[in-house]
Amino acid sequence: MSRSYDVIVVGGGHNGLTTAAYLAKAGRTVLVLERRHVLGGAAVSEEIYPGFTYSVCSYVVSLLRPEVIHELNLAQHGLQILPLEGTFLPMENGDYLGLWPDDGDTREDLKRHSLRDAERYFEFNELMYELAYAVKPILGMVPPDLVSPSLRDLGTLRDLAKHMKSLDRRQFHYLTKIMTMSAADFLEEWFETDVLRASIAGSGIIGTMLGPYSPGTAYVLLHHFMGELDGAFTAWGSQKGGTGGVSEALASAARSFGAETRVSAPVDHVIVHGGQAKGVVLENGEEINAKIVVSGCDPRVTFQKLVDSKDLPDDLVASIGKFKFRGSSGKVNLALDGLPEFPSAPDSSIHDGMYEIGPSMGFIERAYDEAKYGWYSSRPYMDVVVPTVRDPSMAPPGKHVLSLFVQYASYELEKSNWEDERENFGDAVVNTFCEFAPNVKDLILHRQVLSPWDIEKDFGLTEGNIFQGELTLDQLFFQRPAAGWAQFRTPIRNYYQCGSGAHPGGGITCGPGRLAAQEILRNER
Amino acid sequence: MIPTPFHSRTAELCVSWAWEDWAGYIAAQMYELEHTHEYHAVRTATAMFDFTPLQKYHVHGPHAEKLLNRVLTRNVKKCQIGQIVYTVWCDDEGKILNDGTLSRFAKDDFRLAANDPNLAWLEDNAYGMDVQIEDLTEDLAVLSLQGPTSRDLINAVIAEDISDLGFFRHTQATIEGSPVTVGRAGFTGDLGYEIWLPPGDAERIWDVLMDKGKAYAIKASGTHALDVARIEACLLVSDIDYIPANKTMFDVQKSSPLELGFGWLVHLKKPYFVGQQALKDEKARGPAELQVGLEIDIGALERVYAELDMPLHLPHEAWTDATPLYRDGKRVGKATSGAWSPLLKKYIALARVKSEFAAPGSVVDLEEIVEARRYLIPAKVVKTPFFDPERKRA
Repeated sequence: MSRSYDVIVVGGGHNGLTTAAYLAKAGRTVLVLERRHVLGGAAVSEEIYPGFTYSVCSYVVSLLRPEVIHELNLAQHGLQILPLEGTFLPMENGDYLGLWPDDGDTREDLKRHSLRDAERYFEFNELMYELAYAVKPILGMVPPDLVSPSLRDLGTLRDLAKHMKSLDRRQFHYLTKIMTMSAADFLEEWFETDVLRASIAGSGIIGTMLGPYSPGTAYVLLHHFMGELDGAFTAWGSQKGGTGGVSEALASAARSFGAETRVSAPVDHVIVHGGQAKGVVLENGEEINAKIVVSGCDPRVTFQKLVDSKDLPDDLVASIGKFKFRGSSGKVNLALDGLPEFPSAPDSSIHDGMYEIGPSMGFIERAYDEAKYGWYSSRPYMDVVVPTVRDPSMAPPGKHVLSLFVQYASYELEKSNWEDERENFGDAVVNTFCEFAPNVKDLILHRQVLSPWDIEKDFGLTEGNIFQGELTLDQLFFQRPAAGWAQFRTPIRNYYQCGSGAHPGGGITCGPGRLAAQEILRNER
Repeated sequence: MIPTPFHSRTAELCVSWAWEDWAGYIAAQMYELEHTHEYHAVRTATAMFDFTPLQKYHVHGPHAEKLLNRVLTRNVKKCQIGQIVYTVWCDDEGKILNDGTLSRFAKDDFRLAANDPNLAWLEDNAYGMDVQIEDLTEDLAVLSLQGPTSRDLINAVIAEDISDLGFFRHTQATIEGSPVTVGRAGFTGDLGYEIWLPPGDAERIWDVLMDKGKAYAIKASGTHALDVARIEACLLVSDIDYIPANKTMFDVQKSSPLELGFGWLVHLKKPYFVGQQALKDEKARGPAELQVGLEIDIGALERVYAELDMPLHLPHEAWTDATPLYRDGKRVGKATSGAWSPLLKKYIALARVKSEFAAPGSVVDLEEIVEARRYLIPAKVVKTPFFDPERKRA
């Protein structure tokens, strides 16, 4: 029997580590247990091929809440975000669309496609900032329980109503649209250039098993406008040394406050006695006691694997059973002997930002069509970065790492299985990318392919959903992960949830981790 | 203004057309339309700065050491051959004239580099001495390569191996057949090197470094990126953080090295040097002001913006306008430069405050102007430098 802790956090992903850091900072003894040999969950850097560091899953940072950076002093623990500016979209006709760090450059580029859109693009961005700013306070709120509201919940509802009232007519009008429309329809109201629509629609489908013409995708788009970096809205960046550096910074902060972390320590189940969590049992049989157990895993694991459903009310078991995971994304990481060359590129500054393969709305929707029926896109949509352009520490001199986030790939394959299809999927990705940057084929030194099935198997994310559950409106705020259980508690006393499956959802926000810690401390009182 | 020997190359890269006057030379403020990438190159790759505008003097002859020991506040006897030392020099009132580096090449052979012209001052002090002073400013082009990959990059282009070159040491080397001096120093507080080279070879060496540098993510970088980095490293710049005493007639604008945190460069016990007595007296009574690093409370700044129903704005570039500091409504000093540090995620400033407010933890109020409204934002005195990575010396 080992020692006992105030808190055990199951899962050393970025949210688990965040909760651990805040609770340790508040003086609790905390132990983080991670199944894999490395901390970070899906925010992890690994040297899969000698000399090359991959951000294996998650590859960009934007939504990380600035208050977490400051409260946990993450910069002193190694957080270093390098800005990633601009998007380059090669088109099928050999032309391109460039959205550059400089507005003037962007305007000039857009003018080649449409004079009208060159003006509206900036109005559109203004609107999205405005809406993101309007929605943002909700992300920092503990969702009210509408099933049995407490005094505090009524207070939250009043604040929420006040906040909604403070929006002007125009904002309210657009907010309603964005909550209900598809990204495609919403963008059609704004722009006449198909490739421009496609460039923005990409943000509406990331991590979601929906096509740009599916209602609800306009909101996912807004979710991706909520990031900020150094006080600049919608700024994206990548962590030096790969995304794992974010997790390492969180772990280092947690340890500096006294938390302990253990890797290769898979938890089998949570010990529950008399409706109350008492500790955990590891897969090797080791028992560790704790007053509080927090799960950073997704709702399926938290409610169906770590505890027995007999300890939970039937309606919750049913809700979690129906909670949509439906992984839709794959990831391909390439070690390259040089930089990609796009015949359509105007100059080399394209490497400072992202490349996006998704040249038309039709292209993206067709990619979705194939996956919808239990397969993967033969010409997938991709969001691509070369972190080594800014950060030479991730590869040997002159070599590069190419990170390709890919949509779509269905978790379940209708006619085959992922063991057999993984490399075919990898071929589809590389072939499609090489339609636009043909030299890449001859530069590949190593290739890592992750299907949704691999993401589940390797990282414990159910059905490979990168957000621990779809970010559709029906699964957000007071319904994340289930009505009545959105306040980080569970029906089991002293058993909490802190992962992206809880409010405010996925992405490297550290939001759920921080709010969960605050709720735990509040409930102690 | 005159172009540096690298101008054909820098002009081609400088799409921002943002140039400034640096000691009469044309210097790039930033090459791209903003300085962000250039700043990050300092901390993650290699940033290459054209430092040619540095004023450079060759001081040699039997009395070279004697002259330098008379002018500089540091004990020059202790500067070994192959060493670089950072130093300041003062007028007779002990007020700072300039700061710079001294490199010793032989017993009687030195180079002095500084931001401002100092030839007349050196010559005046050399009266009756057997010493030659030559202005090398136009005879030497200088590149400063700063950042974690700078050592590997230099080793990739140089005939020799500089892996063992210590911090603040220099050596002779060869790049593509050109004789150069490589000194391990810089103005960013990071791992970095300065290369002094013949101006005739400037373009060729620039091209080699840019070409080989691709593998090390090199970026030509300008003064705006440098400003953020040097503020993080707490390095002061003349005309910004202090005014050289010979450039002003007014006492209120002059500073002493003791006030500027340069006390460690002032060797009061060595034989006579210019300003020695005044500095001894000042040391005895204690300097009236002291140099400090401030961390500005962004929570308070955020609340100010919230009052205006705006999200927090942080300065995108370093500022270098002297800004008053208050305590209980009374002026207690000034901040001379400040920046949001993207690396430290802190809003920092270099400042001088009355001695009684200079201890770490002490809080003063910085005047900030937000939407044309004046506010006082608390700023805490913290230990400096703000950023001091191991790799700088390792």
